[in-house]
Amino acid sequence: MTDATMSSVTAPSSAPLGRRGPLGSVLVHAGLIAASIAMLYPLLWMLSASVRPEDEIFASTSLWPSSIDFASYLRGWFGLDVSFGRFFWNSLVVSVLTVIGNVVACSLAAYAFARLRFAGRNFWFAIMLGTLMIPYHVTLIPQYVLFLNLGWVNTFLPLVVPKFLASDAFFIFLMVQFFRGIPRELDEAAMMDGCSAWRIYWKIMLPLSLPVLATAAIFSFIWTWDDFFGPLIYLNDMNTYTIQLGLRTFVDSSSTSDWGGLFAMSTLSLVPVFFFFLFFQRLLIEGIATTGMKR
Amino acid sequence: MAAVQDSAVVVGGGAQARPVAQGRWASIWAKHGAGYMFLLPWLIGFFGLTLGPAVASLYLSFTSFDLIRAPEWVGTANYVRIATADPKFAAAMQVTFLYVVLSVPFKLTFALLVAILLDRGVRGLTVYRAIFYLPSLLGGSVAIAVLWRQLFAGDGLINSLLAQFGIEGPSWISHPNYSIWTLVVLSVWQFGSPMIIFLAGLRQIPTDMYEAASLDGASKFRQFYKITLPLLTPVIFFNAVVQTIDAFKAFTPAFIISGGTGGPINSTLFYTLYLYQEAFGNFRMGYASALAWILVLIIALFTAFSFLTSRYWVHYDD
Repeated sequence: MTDATMSSVTAPSSAPLGRRGPLGSVLVHAGLIAASIAMLYPLLWMLSASVRPEDEIFASTSLWPSSIDFASYLRGWFGLDVSFGRFFWNSLVVSVLTVIGNVVACSLAAYAFARLRFAGRNFWFAIMLGTLMIPYHVTLIPQYVLFLNLGWVNTFLPLVVPKFLASDAFFIFLMVQFFRGIPRELDEAAMMDGCSAWRIYWKIMLPLSLPVLATAAIFSFIWTWDDFFGPLIYLNDMNTYTIQLGLRTFVDSSSTSDWGGLFAMSTLSLVPVFFFFLFFQRLLIEGIATTGMKR
Repeated sequence: MAAVQDSAVVVGGGAQARPVAQGRWASIWAKHGAGYMFLLPWLIGFFGLTLGPAVASLYLSFTSFDLIRAPEWVGTANYVRIATADPKFAAAMQVTFLYVVLSVPFKLTFALLVAILLDRGVRGLTVYRAIFYLPSLLGGSVAIAVLWRQLFAGDGLINSLLAQFGIEGPSWISHPNYSIWTLVVLSVWQFGSPMIIFLAGLRQIPTDMYEAASLDGASKFRQFYKITLPLLTPVIFFNAVVQTIDAFKAFTPAFIISGGTGGPINSTLFYTLYLYQEAFGNFRMGYASALAWILVLIIALFTAFSFLTSRYWVHYDD
């Protein structure tokens, strides 16, 4: 978070309602710190369980392991018939392709809605907003039948191709909002100079929209990385499993015997999302504050 | 549309007419073509992956269909069975409503309380906000569900902590009375994103209102009750609707924590989990389609109801 945002948050609201004595301030911080610890405790405990010697995992509620031992990571990595390297790779492929699909297809549609004039634009825009309300369960079964008949089950195509057809309409909406904020004079001037719509999209809109494209890309990545339902339905061959399916198989096959390995792989599976959290927190939080995304 | 047909005729009409026709085509193209070109991927997706499948699933919901044989028309039999003779549907409805009713109010209350604490010029706001937001970001993953399954197991971390105070806890996840609570706690743990939305809403409230109120001698509690809460009702409303719809659709945690069964004794049989079992466990695709449409109906009714009642309690400026 930048200082600018922070002061804009704190300065005005530290007015009358916020005025509190030193004691009140200490109490508030005590409460917030206690809450923070409670929130993070399970995560830190899992991290520490993953580097603990196996026999110590359930013996201790403390966060400090007596010794650090990465054996669980090795055991977990090769704990199933297919190694976790494969699952991570599969997740990465699906997530990266999804990011590309979402950014390309949604920005194309958003540009049309935000800037181009054509018959039926408002109609289609309303329809697009309508699709945001529909739970995916309604289209789930016919889509499955369709992809099954296309021979796409056990491939990444059912997870990826819809994104190239802008199926995550939420991002269209997000981008339309952003595009509308870009001064029209820019593309009108370009149009006067004989620029085609395509060139305006490519040379003016996209370069000016990097923040919203980045937000869409990051949320696409995180949601796809975490997605469990889609892979559960479409991927049955262990070689095609994503990391989430790999973890689920691990729980079912060895939950009683190898908690260390399970926690090690669970921790690893959170690393990419945590990375985005560390480096793009501002974009994530702004994305939520301005559009009300659910996570 | 008429113009398009006309020019099509003219194009077929002869060589002399061509320049005019091309001109017409060109002008129609110049006016509307680019828009539709940019919209093309979405249009294909809309017809092929949304509208088509939605219509198909409405049809399938009146059939018996197992993926192998062709769908067989059964009229309203699926819906009749759901309404009258399906104890698992009743259980799933009960569990899902219980989950919604428990998780959403707790989560939003927590989110609002913390947002109010953070809004009042707390030092280190960004650090706290980041810590509280992290679970929302990670919470949807299988890893967290796996962790939860261990935390609330009979020999899990929660019971180890309780044991230090001499309390012997039950096996939370395998006890039908408690298992739903582990999922509620997991949901409340992810209060971070509604909290961020509340913070953004609190920022919109003009501070001079509080100044005026405190000059008039209004207590802080009164200020909260008379200023903060009413002015925040649009945000509360928004969060409540989004979180409720989301809770109706919850799937992953219940699937992982119950090992896909919705047990013990259907106590974590979320609606979507039941739908999944029917469709992809028992291959009753027609029946599952009917379940899907009932879910849509429930969500639509809930949304309509929220918007209708909102004018009695949601405060809008203008």
